[in-house]
Parts: sequence; C-alpha cells; structure tokens
Amino acid sequence: MNMKAKLSGLANCKPWTREEIAARAARDIPEGFYVNLGIGIPVLVANYIPPEREVVIQSENGILGMGPEPPPDQINRWLINASKRYVTLVPGGSYVHHADSFAMIRGGHLDLCVLGAFQVAVNGDFANWSKSPTDMPSVGGAMDLAVGAKSVWLVMDHTTKDGESKLLRRCTYPLTAVGVATRIYTNLAVLDVAGDAFAVREMVPGLTFAGLQDVTDAPLKMAA
Amino acid sequence: MINKIVQSLAEAMAGIRDGAVVLIGGFGSIGQPNALIEGLIEQGAADLTVVANNAGVGHLGLARLMEVGRVRKIICSYPRTTDPVVFESLYRAGKIELEVMPQGTMAERMRAAGAGIPAFYTPTSVGTLLAEGREVREFRGRRYVLEEAFHGDVALVEAWEADRWGNLTYKSSARNFNPVMATAAALTIAQAQHIVALGDLDPERIHTPGIYVDRVMHVPYGEPTVT
Repeated sequence: MNMKAKLSGLANCKPWTREEIAARAARDIPEGFYVNLGIGIPVLVANYIPPEREVVIQSENGILGMGPEPPPDQINRWLINASKRYVTLVPGGSYVHHADSFAMIRGGHLDLCVLGAFQVAVNGDFANWSKSPTDMPSVGGAMDLAVGAKSVWLVMDHTTKDGESKLLRRCTYPLTAVGVATRIYTNLAVLDVAGDAFAVREMVPGLTFAGLQDVTDAPLKMAA
Repeated sequence: MINKIVQSLAEAMAGIRDGAVVLIGGFGSIGQPNALIEGLIEQGAADLTVVANNAGVGHLGLARLMEVGRVRKIICSYPRTTDPVVFESLYRAGKIELEVMPQGTMAERMRAAGAGIPAFYTPTSVGTLLAEGREVREFRGRRYVLEEAFHGDVALVEAWEADRWGNLTYKSSARNFNPVMATAAALTIAQAQHIVALGDLDPERIHTPGIYVDRVMHVPYGEPTVT
C-alpha cells in the first residue's frame, strides 16, 4: 500500500498531542511509584499526575522527589533536572551523587521509567540514542534506566514525520536495551509489548484497528 | 598543620601534565568548576582526555577548554546538550575524539576506581553496540557486561563549602558527579564558594571527606547563570 493510502485511515481521527500522550501515560502511574522520566515527552508526564496521588520522581542527576518548575522569582540555580531545566524539590525529597543515583536505578529500586524512543520492536527491544554512525550518539542514562527499572514505558510518535512506522518487527537503529519495553504510548494508541505483536489497549477516537495496522509495520492484535 | 587551601589558580593547577586524564564534575554546567577550568587553560596543559557528563555548554568552562584546542578526547554520556556549539563543530571537523559511555557505567567506573575495585559486571548495555568487545557473563540467569574501573590523573570539582582539610559539601543537584570524581583521581582539586573554619562543617553533613581532596581554591562567584 502506498503512503497516501496508508495515511487515509487516519483521516477521521485526531492524533494525541505531546501533552495528551503525556497525560494519558500519567493516568496509569499508581500511587506510591518511584518513577524516572526521560528527556522530551516523558518529563511532561509529571505535569499530569494528579496532586493528590503521591508519586516520587527521580532525576538521574541525583534528585529523588523532584517537583515542578519554580516560579521565576523562586529559582534555585543549583537545581536542574535531566533536561537541564530548573526544578524544585518536594518535601521529603533528597539529593544523592551520581554513583548513588545510578545504584538506585540499576539496583531495581525504581518501579518505572518512562523514556522516549526512535523505534520499538514487538519483543521489547528499543532504540533511542543513535540513528546512524555519523549521528552524534547521546546515550545519557537511558541504557541504565532501561535495564534497571522494574517497568519500561515508551512515549513516542507512532510514525516518523514521513509516515514510517516506529513500531517494528525488529529495530534497525542501534539498540538501547534488549527486550525490556512493556508499554507504548503513541500519538495514536496505547499498546502492550506482547512478544509476537503489539497488543492494542486503546486508540484515539475515530481510529479503527485496520487504520492503525495500516500505519504500523509490526503486527497488531487487540489486547485481551 | 594541614592546609589544602591554595591562594591562586596557578598554585591550584601546578603539575598537571600534557596528556593527563582530567575528570570534570558537573551536569550541564551546574556543578561544573569553571574557575578551575579557566585556571587549567592558563596553565597550558594540552592533549587532554576529559571525562564529563556533557560536552560543554556555550563557550563556558569545558567548552572553552575544547575551543582553545586542549582536549584530544572527550568521554561523556550525553554530548548533545543545551548548547554544544563548540563540541559539535570540533566533532564534525574530526578535531576531537568522542567516546560515549552510559551515564551510570561512567559513574560506577569512577566509583570503583576510588574504592579499589578493578572491575565489575553491570547489566547496562548488554546486547548493544556499547558492549562490543567486552566480556559478557551470566549470573543468576541474567547477562552482564564487564566494565573496568576508570582512574583520572586529575579531578576538578565544584563544591559549596570547604575547610582547610578539604572537607566538602555540595549544593542541591550541583553534587552530581563531583563526589564520585573526587575519589577517582590521583590529584583532586576543588573550587568552593565558601571557605569555613575547621570544625564549622557539621560532620553529619560532610559529603566528601578531606582525605579525597588535595587542593582547595576559594571561588565565590555567586550563582551559575546557565544550565
């Protein structure tokens, strides 16, 4: 099928915005979770966790209990998040150094990390740090988070700007980690990694299963 | 009397040689010891291998050290940062070597160096390009990659408070790599916003005990202006 025909399945739906993807993921984070949020759409997730739900946010540069951006007159200029933006510390929060921060991450103490991705495969492999050997590779803490957190969720656009599927049978970019992603939130759907396919849990209103499959390289099935 | 406080950047940088491996604290430019880096530029050591989380922001500190051509190789986890203008142009021109290391592996390799552990196994990077050429071993059904301790010749760190024994505290997220790097180098040099009398730091709150620190320079520069 050509690209135009593929995309015609999307004509009757309105894809979620970055903020809506973040809000959708935030809805699924239970109270009491310790969570690391990656650079990009993931950090937006923090804005949508209801204030009455206590979720402790970790930032790999040594913050446990990270709060929202401060008002301009209350900035602590020594307090930034992984995206290098000013943030706050919530009551009960603490600071650690980098080796302790990653001991926390690798040691299996985080319930969840939410990361961005270029590609994800049906077996949970994903790629988010390098698109080619000439690209300036930037891995940051992603490889540590991917193998250390108890669950790995990815938030990403469903396709590239050119309409190529980012949900694949196999990743073609260099991997960040092997077989660890469990849940994907895209601008079109919420899906679970199910080994041989992605299991569709939810789609944007107006989108059909066939329409979603048309823009997805990997096989899909409906979640049980 | 032990007195690690030095009076000039020249004294702070004395003895750093060409080809040295220099660990530089900071995450972005927060906790990055810019005054010490300026001192290193003045001092003149070249052909350096620098280890830092990022590859310099704007034209400040580490970015300037690269800009004036003193860095042969940078080892970092995330070169693509807020404003890596200097690094990008050097990298595109093939004038600087880059080694990318997962952030936690980088931290742990230096922690291991400071703690006398020659190598360790980590789950990070298993099955990826960054594990190529490394030994992989299975423990309790899971695969791990062997990583060696990483030692520096020099560590440059930014502290909040210091005393003449070299005891240090850090401020907020400016702590980051600084305490780890302080333990991992043969020569550790700290810049501090505040110098306090011996005994004035609450022993319950000293982040880096003075045993890890060789020289302290008082640099009361105020607030960082970029991240």
